[in-house]
Amino acid sequence: MPITGVTDGKYSLREYLAFIGASMLEDKRSVLVGTGLPIIAAMLAQKTHAPNLLIMFEAGGIGPLLPELPVSVGESRTYYRGVAASSMHDVMSLCQAGYVDYAFLGAAQIDMYGNINTTVIGNHDAPKVRLPGSGGANDGASFAQKLIIIIANQSPRTFVNKVDFLTTPGYLDGPGARERAGLARGSGPYRVVTQLGIFDFEEGSKRLRLLSLHPGVTTGEVRENSGCDIIIPPHIETSPEPSFEHLRILREEIDPVGVVLGK
Amino acid sequence: MDILSEGKGELLGWHDPDEARQWVLENKSRELKDKTMSVREAVSRFIHDGDFIASGGFGHIRVSMAVIYEIVRQKKRNLAMAGKTAVHDIDILVASGCVNKVEVAYSFGHELRGLSPASRRMVETGRCKVVAETSNAAYQWRFLAGMMGLPFVPSRNLLGTDTGRYSSCKVVKDPFSGKPINLIPAAYPDAAFIHVHRCDIYGNAQIDGAVVEDIELSRCARRLILTTERIVDTELIRGEPWKTKIPFFVVDAVVEVPFGSHPCEMPGIYYYDEECIAEWLRLSKTPEGVDSYLQKYVFAVDTFEEYLKLCGGMRKMRYLKRRELLREPMTAPWRREG
Repeated sequence: MPITGVTDGKYSLREYLAFIGASMLEDKRSVLVGTGLPIIAAMLAQKTHAPNLLIMFEAGGIGPLLPELPVSVGESRTYYRGVAASSMHDVMSLCQAGYVDYAFLGAAQIDMYGNINTTVIGNHDAPKVRLPGSGGANDGASFAQKLIIIIANQSPRTFVNKVDFLTTPGYLDGPGARERAGLARGSGPYRVVTQLGIFDFEEGSKRLRLLSLHPGVTTGEVRENSGCDIIIPPHIETSPEPSFEHLRILREEIDPVGVVLGK
Repeated sequence: MDILSEGKGELLGWHDPDEARQWVLENKSRELKDKTMSVREAVSRFIHDGDFIASGGFGHIRVSMAVIYEIVRQKKRNLAMAGKTAVHDIDILVASGCVNKVEVAYSFGHELRGLSPASRRMVETGRCKVVAETSNAAYQWRFLAGMMGLPFVPSRNLLGTDTGRYSSCKVVKDPFSGKPINLIPAAYPDAAFIHVHRCDIYGNAQIDGAVVEDIELSRCARRLILTTERIVDTELIRGEPWKTKIPFFVVDAVVEVPFGSHPCEMPGIYYYDEECIAEWLRLSKTPEGVDSYLQKYVFAVDTFEEYLKLCGGMRKMRYLKRRELLREPMTAPWRREG
């Protein structure tokens, strides 16, 4: 079953995912956001429970009060009423030095260790589909303390055993691998949000584990839509639901045209 | 230092630091001289077939589109380009056959607007080669190393990933911490082009908003073409020298092109022309569409002013100004292009 609220017509899938994404961001923390749903989630968080969320953009925008949805992570909206409009060197250095709590990214394909592919489907040198590449994703996932990944179409093709190309680091090949590779101590994937549920990573194995199911979704659907082994514990929470006010803000203030959230 | 691993990407635009320094000593004039010229002259003098080029700004923001169109018009060939979140610029240059090698941080996409039909087609059919992968921060730090006159800068990204394995970086054991560290090689593009808000005739330039990586790029590029919204008196520069982001002695050409970033954004002045971008995304789905777009907007016009007239002229530019200032609602015509 799809999410009950979606089939009932209360909200769209993307509105729901934006709400879930927002709910993971804490007030008085900093987040580096990627294009699309991550920006919308950060905007919603800032307009609801996290008014002092410090939003950062890779091209130099720091601490904006976003007036409308930016199409690009480099445009002037990304520092509208911000505290600084600086440079990529500044923002990426701040991330590397420990000033960024969360990186929030979209993905085309992930594996059970939270490694992300956004480079190619198929062989690198003769690609079936050429995707845009890392952008700032490898940087955000290397530098931020916690990585949140949003993927709106979980399926056996997007949740895979091995990504076609490891663009952006999750836990690489398991416990201790990030530190062995030289990545920052204690950093790594924190949550994965899909159309079916919310996942975290088991402490011992660093493998994807189901944390909560969206209302109306079953564990069977999670298994059917995974091409890799997911840890499914006996007790699973139900994901929260957005209030009328959340939906009003999404529809009226953040994306009235429906560029990302759809109409 | 022991090399722990080496990326297999092609090392574009690297020079030994002494060689790079010597080139600067011999070729970059310290003379305060008038560098204003036409875009035709600037591109013909400073961009050559086979060059490694880089575009300023970021994605669809503050891009020197006048130079991009002129490169197409002059039919430059076999260019390699920095895909440092290069979007509309690289899409047009790959589609037109000017660029056939790319080092990719982010290319072949238009962010929220979707993937680039034309440049993806060129890559997927082997007519454009991705010679190395990297990330946005790593590309920016290639320019930083070049600006500093160093062979590399160390960083803690790309480690453990295929992006690193397909990059031109090397991983070594850091002699201080004993941990693996990534070394990002310097880049010295043969030519770069940056669109700025204002500069004087010598090339002292001010940029409003985020400067992205143009401090670094302007100083590491061997030849630098500035296009500017307007040329201002040097007294304005000297009255507020702390606003100068690019000093004259790294600049080789100054070209005044109002609205020269169109259809891309110019922060504080005008927003994206979404209709024009949507038209490109629609037409570039086929090679014939690419040809008709280039014929209409590049080959059939002589000046940027004529091009702007085709795109809706001053009426459209006034709308884009209002849109930049949030006085017009958002539009997304490319949503229908699917």
